[in-house]
Amino acid sequence: MKKNPNKIKEPMGDRVFLSFVYIILAILVLVMLYPFVYVVSVSISDPAEVIAGKVTFFPKGFDLGAFKTMIDHPIFFTAYKNTIVYTALGTSFTLFFTAITAYPLSKDKFQMRPFFSKVYLITMFFGGGMIPTYLAYKSLHMLDTIWVMVLPGALSAFNIILMRSFFRNIPESLSESAYIDGATDFQILVKVILPLSKPILATIGLFTAVGIWNGYFNALLYLNDIDKYPLQMILRNILVSASFNPAEKDAYSQLNHSATESLKMASIVITTLPIMCSYPFIQKYIVKGMMIGSIKG
Amino acid sequence: MSTTIEKITQSTTIEKISKKSFISKLNYDWKYNRLLLLMSIPGLIMIALFAYYPMVGIVTAFQNYSLFLGIRGSEWIGFDNFIRFFNDPNFFRIIKNTFVLGSVNLLWAFPAPIILALLINEVVHPKMKRFVQTATYLPYFVSVVVIVGIMKTIFGDTGIVNGLLANFGVDPIQFFNESGYFRSLYVGSGIWQEIGYASILYLAAITGIDPEMYEAAKMDGCSKFKQIFYITLPALRPTIIVLLILAIGGIISVGFDKILLMYSPATYDVADVISTYVYRKGIIDQDYGFSSAIGLFNSLVSIVFVFGANYLSRKFLKESLW
Repeated sequence: MKKNPNKIKEPMGDRVFLSFVYIILAILVLVMLYPFVYVVSVSISDPAEVIAGKVTFFPKGFDLGAFKTMIDHPIFFTAYKNTIVYTALGTSFTLFFTAITAYPLSKDKFQMRPFFSKVYLITMFFGGGMIPTYLAYKSLHMLDTIWVMVLPGALSAFNIILMRSFFRNIPESLSESAYIDGATDFQILVKVILPLSKPILATIGLFTAVGIWNGYFNALLYLNDIDKYPLQMILRNILVSASFNPAEKDAYSQLNHSATESLKMASIVITTLPIMCSYPFIQKYIVKGMMIGSIKG
Repeated sequence: MSTTIEKITQSTTIEKISKKSFISKLNYDWKYNRLLLLMSIPGLIMIALFAYYPMVGIVTAFQNYSLFLGIRGSEWIGFDNFIRFFNDPNFFRIIKNTFVLGSVNLLWAFPAPIILALLINEVVHPKMKRFVQTATYLPYFVSVVVIVGIMKTIFGDTGIVNGLLANFGVDPIQFFNESGYFRSLYVGSGIWQEIGYASILYLAAITGIDPEMYEAAKMDGCSKFKQIFYITLPALRPTIIVLLILAIGGIISVGFDKILLMYSPATYDVADVISTYVYRKGIIDQDYGFSSAIGLFNSLVSIVFVFGANYLSRKFLKESLW
């Protein structure tokens, strides 16, 4: 900060207040970051030190054995592959279906626009609920397939509204001139609208990707085949299995019996690393996403 | 040139057509906006299959549903499933737990991001501000499985919390097997995860406040602390009210995917909520009709809450969502 000779000195009370604010925020930041530090420290420490309860903040000793065990585990490897496939496919489907659905809804000349908008809007307030939805997917023969993980979530009324409002803010004159040049609506969407919509595509895409990467509940409901499990399901078994129901299949229970603290924390690091690596990139869009979401109208 | 003329005639037809019937509108679009109509088809199929088709299954709430007989073949039993639910020994427990957990969560988790936003707003250095924001947003991107996993380690038998307690001579506490700690762990981890992200909206609203107000207050000798109460909070009032209505409306939709990971039969007496009961009855015990009925009951109550919260707010605070 530049020193300003004319600056009025802050009153005493304010300086006391400000130091309070800084102290509280410092504690808060510590609480926020501590679990991350702890997880990383345990995962790279010597397992013996971990068992002895000596690792509380900084790592003690150095041992990457836990990572090697996890990476070499065939089930963990398959699950990682599955999660990547689900995330890539699910995000692409989301962007494709949302864009192609939102575009007609952004055009005033489209007569069916009010009706179609209502069709989508209703689904924001009413749904089948857990069991009817489960039964519906069952009767569609989607249970235990990759499709149940990537298709149903691909179109949400919320995302359609976000994208439609973004499309509507693009000046109509751009589409007009393209019409005059003889472009069809599809060409306008692909060549004019989408290149201008990168911020909204990135926001929806990133949030969808993180959601799929982090989700376990759909897999818990709709998948039985361990070979199709995403990472979070395996992680759930390693980390929190103790509280879980006996109806679970036993084929990979050896994973959780043998899981030491080091293995548990290493699996967390491996699973969460891609998100943490993309965090600086995501961060640009966090505020944007939140703000567009709140003024959707 | 001809296209522009066509455009003009088209726009006059739009005005005529807007009062016409559904079929004639569809006809119009088929004639002039065929591509837009075709582009709408994939989305309509998706929404029909994955949002509307499941709604058909709600009727199983009034059936003795069996997978082999399907919806058409299963026996209709009227409100028997609901009567069975009201007489269920767990009825009061899950209703009470849902409301208590939702209310306790609202009580602590709702003000937390407001306070954080006020604190962050006081930070003078832009870099420090950014750092605090980055650190507090981070947990939002961590999965519930990981959060519960970390909690179970930190609060476990050999975890550091019990290690600290041992220094004071306290015996190890089984945090996850004692009902008394469940709510604190649930609410606390929720705040840890969402406080930063939820503060974004408040921070944005604070940015919109005219800086001259603070200048004027300062001239009049108003302390920073008082400025919060007389300028910032009143300016945040509309934002707070809208978010509060939303929060009250969602009070019974507790985050049951987290509860499912956290609870155990030992803590059912405080942790078992309506949705976790639906999951156990429906997916584990395959009692489909009964669990559909509970789910329908849950949706009806939550609709009442959303509309009720909005009604009360419109009546007493003259602000509403719609």
